[in-house]
Amino acid sequence: MEADITLRVDGEERVVTVDTRTTLLDALRDRLGVTAPKKGCDHGQCGSCTVLVDGRREVSCLSLAVAKDGAEVVTAAGLVDADGPHPVQRAFVDNDALQCGFCTPGQVCSAVGVLAEAEAGWPSAVTAPGATPELTDAEIKERMSGNLCRCGAYPGIVAAVREVAG
Amino acid sequence: MTEQLTPVEIGRDRARFDGALKAEGAAPYAYDYPVEDPLYLWTVDSTIAKGRVAAIDASAAEATDGVVLVLTHDNAVRVSGDDLEYAVLQDPAVRFRGQVVAAVVATTPEVARAAAESVVVRYDQEPHSVTVRAEDLYRPEKVNAGFPTDTDTGDLDAAMASAAVTVDEGYVTARTHASPVEPHTTVATWTDADGFLVFESSQSAHGFRRVFSDVFEVPAERVRVIAPFVGGGFGSKGMPHAGAVVAMMAARALPGRPVKYAHTRRQMFRLVGYRPRAEQRVRLAADADGTLLGVGVDVVQESSVVKEYAEQSAMPARTMYAAPHRRTSHRLAALDVPVPSWMRAPGEAPGMFALESAMDELAHECGIDPIELRVLNEPAVDPDTGLPHSSRYLVRCLRAGADLFGWYHRDPRVRSRRQGPWLVGHGVAASTYPAYRQPNNTALVRFADGRYQVEIAAADIGTGAWTALNQIAADALGVPVDEVDLAIGDSALPVASVAGGSSGTASWGTAIVTAARQFREKFGSHPAEDDEVRADVPAPTVAEEFATHAHGAQFAEVHVHEDTGEIRVPRLYGVFDAGQVINPRTARSQLVGGMVMGMSMALHEDSVMDPALGHTANPDLADYHIPVNADVCDLRAEWLGIPDHRLNPMGSKGIGEIGITGTAAAIANAAFHATGVRVRELPITLDKFLG
Repeated sequence: MEADITLRVDGEERVVTVDTRTTLLDALRDRLGVTAPKKGCDHGQCGSCTVLVDGRREVSCLSLAVAKDGAEVVTAAGLVDADGPHPVQRAFVDNDALQCGFCTPGQVCSAVGVLAEAEAGWPSAVTAPGATPELTDAEIKERMSGNLCRCGAYPGIVAAVREVAG
Repeated sequence: MTEQLTPVEIGRDRARFDGALKAEGAAPYAYDYPVEDPLYLWTVDSTIAKGRVAAIDASAAEATDGVVLVLTHDNAVRVSGDDLEYAVLQDPAVRFRGQVVAAVVATTPEVARAAAESVVVRYDQEPHSVTVRAEDLYRPEKVNAGFPTDTDTGDLDAAMASAAVTVDEGYVTARTHASPVEPHTTVATWTDADGFLVFESSQSAHGFRRVFSDVFEVPAERVRVIAPFVGGGFGSKGMPHAGAVVAMMAARALPGRPVKYAHTRRQMFRLVGYRPRAEQRVRLAADADGTLLGVGVDVVQESSVVKEYAEQSAMPARTMYAAPHRRTSHRLAALDVPVPSWMRAPGEAPGMFALESAMDELAHECGIDPIELRVLNEPAVDPDTGLPHSSRYLVRCLRAGADLFGWYHRDPRVRSRRQGPWLVGHGVAASTYPAYRQPNNTALVRFADGRYQVEIAAADIGTGAWTALNQIAADALGVPVDEVDLAIGDSALPVASVAGGSSGTASWGTAIVTAARQFREKFGSHPAEDDEVRADVPAPTVAEEFATHAHGAQFAEVHVHEDTGEIRVPRLYGVFDAGQVINPRTARSQLVGGMVMGMSMALHEDSVMDPALGHTANPDLADYHIPVNADVCDLRAEWLGIPDHRLNPMGSKGIGEIGITGTAAAIANAAFHATGVRVRELPITLDKFLG
């Protein structure tokens, strides 16, 4: 069964016909040719497909595209604006927070999500009860642990997020 | 002595040139290439480990709208050669669970998947053998990389019988999977005019082309493999595996239509190779002061009936330490299991866990510092070949690492330090990896539009080749890096060896330097438009005169919870001799990444074989654990920075693999120091400290 849905992807309105079995990730990659988000596991285990959906980070392999009709989706490609790359993207490059680069678009989107969540005061598993979270290394590591990097660029990733968090 | 480059660009700290493309999601990996009107392939995989396909009912799949092809052993194109791994869909035999027995090609991935799931396969099942039994062991003719299976010098048994101190223990390394985050992917198109065009997850465009050419009996010039960006490899993408062949079979049957096939994560645990489980018996014989008299390693390892793979796990024991009596052996059992293959530092990674754990046991028995034990047994020449070392700085690495880590404050007594409920220990181990340079590399240098085009079919699997080779080319030509345009990752470019064996930069870099020098000799410093030189590099001869290895020392601080056995590694430091480092920033990432994978081998990775079903019981990233960000604490990699002028014009040694060697032993040794419990079977999980 097919359905027509509308997604706003990286600032552009896209109308697309999807199979009702199509995940948001496959809709982006296979139907719309938006290949910034990657498929590493298709099980929500690796985080490579992380995008921002209506401003929040999500693994796009775990939702069906039809359920996202009308959503605003921002991928790593969409984080680049007229001024150039997002500060998180610059920090990733400066801190060599990547090697093969395959998990990187997901890491970058996740990092942008982390910054917003911390700004909004959301606690994590390592936040002391009742405390206002600050992006210490422990907080960054905890909050970025949904994004696997087999190359082992974690120290660089922490440094990059720390740099942007200030 | 090789004429050395004058380092201007090499050694300079630079952000990787492809970093922005990757961070912005713009770097195309195999699946990402836009192709016209693609088809999607989904496989049907065997649900038995041994037997025959008796019947395949694909009628429901064939009747599904959008399905264009169902491939089985009845209709798949016949392939050539005697490599059974590539002889997929050639006969009804099932040789391991998860083997591809059919494939469905359709116009959308959803249709292909659903149709594949509708295919009914009936089997004649036979009893399988998936665990090593003593009676199945045999002696392979040689081991990986062509090394001898066994060695025997002196009389190890006599040394063991007469020595003041001996260690005789068994060590087990788990079955582990390279698990690059990019699943192996093939996007293949066949046209009668041009042959195969293949976008592929590959560590070697030319190596894959050679295999595809042989398997499909198509002239090599009619096969093009493109792989400029590869989402990690760690050995698994060093040679093609069966999935690529299946995708190309479908493409061959559907001329003009690109066929896209990405392995599922589950298939990554059975179709792309893995490091086989191994048991190593290590014997050390020593005088009371720790002077080694004998070293022995006997390896028993699982292999497959489809294809033999013998990891050279006893190799490090042949070269690391001086001792007059030495014996090593490798024995295999051919099982009904998926085909094992390369994973980062084959041989050295498991071998150095066993040897360096045993050395720690010997130091403990002799009551001397484990660093001093290694210094005491430092060989004057390579014990295996008798050749002098091109350079060997293990002792310097140990000393520098000890200072960095604060080793000398350590109380050598076990269970001597605690922080609250945590028992604290410090451990050390050596690292080693051979310094290789491969033959059969060609580079092209061309002057066009005021810039230098440098072409070689190298691969960047995250290693930093896009940056390092550019820096090498700049120094070789005597120009700034921004006057160099590098092209890699395409079999249409001049031939290059695999991104493997930590040999890439040395091999490709030597070709680039050779071509650049010839270019300058021929055309001087003011070349004309389109002047070009293509240079082949002669096979290296340094190994005839010298033993060539990189070394390192790793130091771990381990905390083990006294009540629960939970284990943490808050500090892991490594100091390496990697010759001349080409780019410190990307080099550090390589070494750190290797150490993270070494820590993963120590603490996390364990592919559990289900003996009843004959498959890995934990084939995904939720159950097969690799480190997440929160697992990695204070992790540092440093290096000595002494060029080895005998190896290549850069004076460099490979750094892709050495970081994973010795790590697990350093952690196990630290855990012993913390707890008094010697864990000889990886991974080091909490249960091993309890009871």
